[in-house]
Amino acid sequence: MKTFYTEKIEKRDRITRLVEDLYKKMPEIEADRAALLTESYKSTEGEPIVTRRAKAFAHILDNIPITIRDNELIVGSATKTPRGCQTFPEFSFEWLEKEYDTVATRVADPFYISEETKKSLIESNKYWKGKTTSELATSYMDPKALDAINHNMYTPGNYFYNGVGHVTVDYVKVLKYGYVGIIKEAEDARAKLDVSDSDFATRSHFLDAVIMSCKAVIRYAKRYSALAAKEAKNTPDVARKAELENISRICDYVPEHGATSFREALQSFWFVQMLLQVESSGHSISPGRFDQYMFPYYKSDLDKGILTREDAQELIDCIWVKLNDLNKCRDCVSAEGFAGYSLFQNLIVGGQDVNGNDATNDLSFMCITATEHVFLPQPSFSVRVWNSSPHSFLIRAAELTRTGIGFPAYYNDEVIIPALMSRGVSLEDARDYNIIGCVEPQKASKTEGWHDAAFFNMCRVLEMVFSSGKDKGVQIGPDTGDVTKFTTYEEFESAYETQMNYFIKLLVNSINAIDYAHKERCPLPFESCMVDDCISRGKSIQEGGAIYNFTGPQGFGVANVADAMWAVKTLVFDQHKYTMAEYKEAMENNFGEDYDAHYCEKLTKVAVSKLVESGKSVSEDDIANIFYALRKNNAPEDKKAAYKKLKLDIDELPKYGNDNEEVDAFARKYTYYYTRPLESFKNPRGGQYQAGLYPVSANVLLGGQTGATPDARLAFTPVADGVGPAAGRDTKGPTATCNSVSKLDHYIASNGTLFNMKFHPTALAGRQGLENFVSLLRGYFDRKGSHMQFNVVSRETLRDAQAHPEKYRSLVVRVAGYSALFTSLSRALQNDIISRTEQGGF
Amino acid sequence: MEEYLNTKGRIFDIQRFSVHDGPGIRTIVFLKGCFLRCKWCCNPESQSYEIQQMVVAGKNKIIGRDVTVSEVLEEVEKDRTYYQRSGGGLTLSGGETLGQPEFAAALLRAAKENGINTAIESTAFADYEVIKTLLPYLDVYLMDIKHMNSDKHKEFTTRNNELILENAKKLARDARKLVIRTPVIPTFNDTKEEIGEIAKFVKSLGTVEEMHILPYHRLGTDKYAGLGRNYSLGSVEPPSKELMNELLDVVNSYGLKGQIGG
Repeated sequence: MKTFYTEKIEKRDRITRLVEDLYKKMPEIEADRAALLTESYKSTEGEPIVTRRAKAFAHILDNIPITIRDNELIVGSATKTPRGCQTFPEFSFEWLEKEYDTVATRVADPFYISEETKKSLIESNKYWKGKTTSELATSYMDPKALDAINHNMYTPGNYFYNGVGHVTVDYVKVLKYGYVGIIKEAEDARAKLDVSDSDFATRSHFLDAVIMSCKAVIRYAKRYSALAAKEAKNTPDVARKAELENISRICDYVPEHGATSFREALQSFWFVQMLLQVESSGHSISPGRFDQYMFPYYKSDLDKGILTREDAQELIDCIWVKLNDLNKCRDCVSAEGFAGYSLFQNLIVGGQDVNGNDATNDLSFMCITATEHVFLPQPSFSVRVWNSSPHSFLIRAAELTRTGIGFPAYYNDEVIIPALMSRGVSLEDARDYNIIGCVEPQKASKTEGWHDAAFFNMCRVLEMVFSSGKDKGVQIGPDTGDVTKFTTYEEFESAYETQMNYFIKLLVNSINAIDYAHKERCPLPFESCMVDDCISRGKSIQEGGAIYNFTGPQGFGVANVADAMWAVKTLVFDQHKYTMAEYKEAMENNFGEDYDAHYCEKLTKVAVSKLVESGKSVSEDDIANIFYALRKNNAPEDKKAAYKKLKLDIDELPKYGNDNEEVDAFARKYTYYYTRPLESFKNPRGGQYQAGLYPVSANVLLGGQTGATPDARLAFTPVADGVGPAAGRDTKGPTATCNSVSKLDHYIASNGTLFNMKFHPTALAGRQGLENFVSLLRGYFDRKGSHMQFNVVSRETLRDAQAHPEKYRSLVVRVAGYSALFTSLSRALQNDIISRTEQGGF
Repeated sequence: MEEYLNTKGRIFDIQRFSVHDGPGIRTIVFLKGCFLRCKWCCNPESQSYEIQQMVVAGKNKIIGRDVTVSEVLEEVEKDRTYYQRSGGGLTLSGGETLGQPEFAAALLRAAKENGINTAIESTAFADYEVIKTLLPYLDVYLMDIKHMNSDKHKEFTTRNNELILENAKKLARDARKLVIRTPVIPTFNDTKEEIGEIAKFVKSLGTVEEMHILPYHRLGTDKYAGLGRNYSLGSVEPPSKELMNELLDVVNSYGLKGQIGG
């Protein structure tokens, strides 16, 4: 049996200070990149796009202000200010222009913006009108697809307005050969071209762009080397002087050359990771299997006696801090969906090597420790699990889970490897998978996966069955007939299938249009030089240079659709308790309930700000009146009573998430309505579509666009989170929930499924708690679930559960050998448990 | 199907992912009816064998249903994966398991024959001949000993403890594994002396290694109201963490492997 160094190394003061400095101020928007980009573009009009991209990248790297922050050992920042962000007008810019005055005060992810920055951005942005990827994508889309987007059937926001990101590049190649090695690779490929080749023009320009980009990166690192040397000279602090001199030496050597030590490897890695996010604005640029590609450097330094484990831990911690130094400003709506300034830089440890042996090593453990030390949202920290994962490793991971940080997310090799192979990935490559962003598996350095291509709202499509394809009076979907005239469940089901197939096609139309726009306007030569086989094919990633090409839009609302279909079948067609007309009317009237308070608050704010803008004065009373008018359900009382009765009857029915064979089978079946048609479509890069099943954290936001659904989910309330049961509907405990979720087909959803579980800390208390937790995880994975992550319930959550019991009906608390549903207890007992939670159950 | 699988019994709940009553992740089947009436009982709806109504979260709920062994087994089977991963299995609780010995024995047998680990939670207040019928199918006996003083035992549980203590000695000899559990109830047995006396007795049994002390809690209070009954321990506060730790030291001082909670 392999043994590991499992001692927990102490956190050093430097890390505490780095974290404190990082969070001292509100993050700020900076204008340097946009100005330099625009300047370069203006001087390259008419040249091939890939050349223009490389020249702009080089111009930015040669001129953008650089900074070394206090106490840093690993250097390289995309912005002058900590956690600042640059803008990327080549993708889209108009949303930010609308938000100049509100971006600093908005609720989700605010950014400070100075008057000077505003001025500079306004100046740069003038150039971009009509030149962005988003504008080109719009013009490529079918009008029906644009309609569908405007009516919130699906949301292709990510790549529509931003760079793609969502990649894990070949860090190994850079660490090993440096950019001189990649330049040589490109030059060799260039030399092999024959001027008479049919694609000589595009290939040669692409390779030249690669060489230009790599040279710019080398120069950029040398700027840091010079800066460090200068600061070393100026600092009176002897210890810091030595550190800066070392930084200067390292940045002079890497990433130009291959790394010769652990420290150099980390610095080289960091330049790659950061500069990918300067070239394009995409998020989810994922470090991947960090414990694997860093291990040889770590081990070699330890063996040579030139590195201590404590120093290694500090350096890893420094990387973790830097991952939080990168930031991205999203539009206010997306910011709500991705709240928490998250960049989803997924870093994964453990799992198998390419030969199918367990790959866990000491660094896997040290990465867990780093996450504990830094305790910040980045990296999105993940763990691979398979049947032969070391038990000690999973117990250590469970300890991290117990801290309540929400990491790691756990992934099941036993599902993901065959799922990738079913998409044409080789056995070796599949074994070497890592996760992009939230839950999307792929093979690093060979894949352009478009993993987060759109959110597809299965609940909205179900609404179309009731409205015969109309939304707000507009025919946006097929007319599948008057739902009140359906006489069999099969008719109802088939109408849903027709609507689904229709909107899936439009979804594909939209995403492919965006794909073309990126290819034509934003090829990325720097990113492409680290993904096979771009260099030998002489093509950027955006043109299909990667070996594996996918598009993965994610469907969500699995639980709501399953419960809804079951309810309609049972109450209308099996028991004949209600007519379809009654059902439809009750849904249209929000089942007799007032409208969601949270949602109405938001509407009120919008209405008030419009009134204020138009110069009207608005009193507190006016605001309250607007809110109540929006909130109130105006149906007559007797009607309301009838609608509510239907809701009660629906609530009594069995629900997905309780290990009920029939309802769970519905969940599996209607999820296929999304996953199966999708896999038949192709993207412009020559790859296949594959479904994901998860709404990230956007289930609240997207639920706000969705009317009442037949499962008695009220209008504009959140849809179910991930592939889990709808909130509060699973009442049989975690094993029953896990069993239900594992009955979905996780293999076909090869772009990933997301299963969130909530735990009260007492359930994980003591060694026994950790053991049981790992057993639950193993059990779910035995049953072929793909992903699982855990939120440990805090006292705030319990307080929220007191205020909104309907959302927490499944929350089990365990106190001293006794278990109870939290919301079923009296207020006094609930308070008792809250006070116990405050004491900490560990 | 074998005849014993049709044995009928009366239960009031099946609870999955139970992690405090026996090793690993378990499914607990709660049998209805009990010989004792402990003042602190957190499952008052378990006491009567009769099917009852209880108000739960404002709604009337029927407590108790008659089921066959094979019906229960089907539910227990659902979490087999988790038993295998955790060393868990089936636990019978109550009420008092021994109140329905035929049903209990058949359930345990069905589980054992299907490779599922078995445990019961019981106070062993029954004729030993009855208890013996369960032992061939039982991996862990979680036995309650609440007090060494028979009068006080009777005052708080309505029964004397002689039979219980007698059976403990026999079980220490015959059961595959015996674990003693003691609820720590302020006003009843929460002193070092009282817990110490129990620990001393447990040690004297010779074969018992583990003793769990379970802090009193009030999570059953609502149920008394739901049944229209008075809860006589209403004013009693749960024991403090400090006290529990002191009592744990007492248990450990007798050379037992003590544990707070199940």
